[in-house]
Amino acid sequence: MKARDDTLFPAVLEDVGFAAGGHQLLTGITASLGRVPVTVLLGPNGAGKTLLLRICRGLLTPTRGTVRWGNAGTGQLGVRVGYVPQHPVMLRRSVEANVNWALALAGVPRRRRGEAARNALAAVRLEGFARAGARRLSGGERQRLAIARAWSQRPAALLLDEPAAHQDPAATTSIEEAIETVRDAGTRIILCTHDLNQARRLADEVMFMHNGRMLEKTSGSVFFERPQSEEAARFVAGELLV
Amino acid sequence: MGEFTRAFVEAGNLLIALDPGILGIVGLSLRVSLTAVIIGTLIALPLGATLALARFPGRGIPITILNAFMGLPPVVVGLAVYLFLSRAGPLGEFGLLFTPGAMVIAQAILVLPLIAALTRQTIEDLAAEYREDLAALGASRLRMLPTLLWEGRFSLTTGVLAGFGRAIAEVGAVIIVGGNIDGVTRVMTTAITLETSKGNLGMALGLGIILIGLTVGINAVAMAVTRFGRTRYGV
Repeated sequence: MKARDDTLFPAVLEDVGFAAGGHQLLTGITASLGRVPVTVLLGPNGAGKTLLLRICRGLLTPTRGTVRWGNAGTGQLGVRVGYVPQHPVMLRRSVEANVNWALALAGVPRRRRGEAARNALAAVRLEGFARAGARRLSGGERQRLAIARAWSQRPAALLLDEPAAHQDPAATTSIEEAIETVRDAGTRIILCTHDLNQARRLADEVMFMHNGRMLEKTSGSVFFERPQSEEAARFVAGELLV
Repeated sequence: MGEFTRAFVEAGNLLIALDPGILGIVGLSLRVSLTAVIIGTLIALPLGATLALARFPGRGIPITILNAFMGLPPVVVGLAVYLFLSRAGPLGEFGLLFTPGAMVIAQAILVLPLIAALTRQTIEDLAAEYREDLAALGASRLRMLPTLLWEGRFSLTTGVLAGFGRAIAEVGAVIIVGGNIDGVTRVMTTAITLETSKGNLGMALGLGIILIGLTVGINAVAMAVTRFGRTRYGV
């Protein structure tokens, strides 16, 4: 078990913008992320949350501005920053083999993979599914396996894209418990969601986004009590932002 | 019609008797084509996957060539291999012409583009689905290659089977480089050609039935294994 790599924090975004096909999808985002255990990127669909998350992980290059994790560029993150997309791809093999594959990439020697995989699966309560085919899992179970797979690499930060979208309350609870386990083990969580209640339950800090811009970034308690921007106030009040 | 019926009866008798001459021919056919497909596959899988994942200018050219070569005419491949292996050719000193080895080479060349082109398409489709996830787990393009080949194993089986079908069924290449020498390089397709020209339609038809039966059998086994895998690990 590696100690957490604190040199990556905070992740600093400077004037990040992204344009594609003549549309400005992200504009002027300047922020530092990952100072607290759980940062939530909150906003309605189409706010640019997923885009920003992928840029932070280095899967997309911003058309403006820069992202740096401490001294590291997004191309140098290796397995230190994990990313779980909204629809994670399961490898066509067993649940356990999915985690083993990630462990191999993280350079964990073969003889230690068995135990590491069991620990990761236990953390997300999937220990009973080790031998099952990963593609046979339900949506919520896949999400937890994806979290276990990414977390088995012991990343300093884990980026989660809508980890419980379209899940029923039971599945959502299991997923959020998995996230809390990962958080308590010291991995910083940055997750994006459009679910106000999920944000309320998990966020230490909220970064509110709308139409590709960051409208505010405050601690969770402040955000939900006294939102600064008009849009955030309307969103917290349950209005539909379009 | 009488001719046709008589040929069928004769074919049936041959199959029941399982003539050792026929068994030798069937055995050589399988040995040559399976070896060719194994060699072709070992080259075609990494080649196809590399073309699927690599990004370089002019990438469309090798892909187009590969796709076009799926339909490479066996006689032309046979002729080219013949020229290389003939005594005066660049590889003439190895004395491979008119041996099973020459037939393996010709068939391997024949199936390689077919398997490689199907692999390229399969892996490219898979990569579209997997690329970000694998990259986020720290995989380089090179590291994705074996993973995607394994992920595509069920689809790739079909490509390899198509290659085997092409190899075992072709006559143009093996007859040129093998020479259809009795007991040495005679395989099912060349034997069928010969027996038909001699008027031994029963013998020819019997071999034809065995050829089709074997192809169906091998495909059935491979598909059963694939189906088992798909059910176990999901589509």
